[in-house]
Amino acid sequence: MKAGNHLKQVHLKHDEEEVRAVLRGALPAVDTEPPRDLWPAMLRRMEEAAPAARVPWYDWALAAGLATVVLFFPKVLLLFAYHL
Amino acid sequence: MDLQERFTKGDLDAFEALFRQFQGRVYAWIMRIVRDAGHAEDLTVETFWRIYQARARFRPDGDFAAWAYRIATNLALSHVKRRSREDELPPDEPSVSLANPAVEQEEHEQIRRAFQSLPAKIQVAVTLALVEDRPYQEIADALGIATGTVKSRVFRGLQLLRKHLKRMRVHA
Repeated sequence: MKAGNHLKQVHLKHDEEEVRAVLRGALPAVDTEPPRDLWPAMLRRMEEAAPAARVPWYDWALAAGLATVVLFFPKVLLLFAYHL
Repeated sequence: MDLQERFTKGDLDAFEALFRQFQGRVYAWIMRIVRDAGHAEDLTVETFWRIYQARARFRPDGDFAAWAYRIATNLALSHVKRRSREDELPPDEPSVSLANPAVEQEEHEQIRRAFQSLPAKIQVAVTLALVEDRPYQEIADALGIATGTVKSRVFRGLQLLRKHLKRMRVHA
């Protein structure tokens, strides 16, 4: 029984070595050194992901309202100027 | 305050220092799995981006390298899965001889395609264990699985490759 198991192990090992040799022949060795410093690419990635400064819709509505008031009642600017 | 602690608090200089310290090892690990320099670069940057996003969850006294390897391995595995879906092995390959270098090149191409037709998880385990000779324990840690699972994936990979190679009449 033990001899049978040993034989099986030897066969598996042999099988593994054969497939390993075939794979190494077919898959070229790779250069594992990074070709360049990747930090600049990292910074670009972070910038891409940073949310753009957004103005909420109610700020736009407020600005439009103020512009309308100033357009129809220009003298209101004097009131603002007095308070500055 | 040490480097990892400053990193967890969002210090960009600390992140840059960790990036420069580990980028080579992370790139090399990903490169061993995906075997393509362009993709390895992109995946390295993506790995560190995920690390940066998750910095608040990282324990300052934790093993940064192990954490980085785990994220890198998951990203590389997803890449191999996508690549496997895109490539299909032709149903029947003709018999080939090794007498001619062009024929040998053709045979290597067939072996590569047979290899890429393996399920991604098996492909990664076989690449790291048989082609790159990485220890089973290291592979298990990076994949977040037991050593026994890595061994069984490699064994299954051997069986499947044998079948493919037999069909292609390549003698391994």
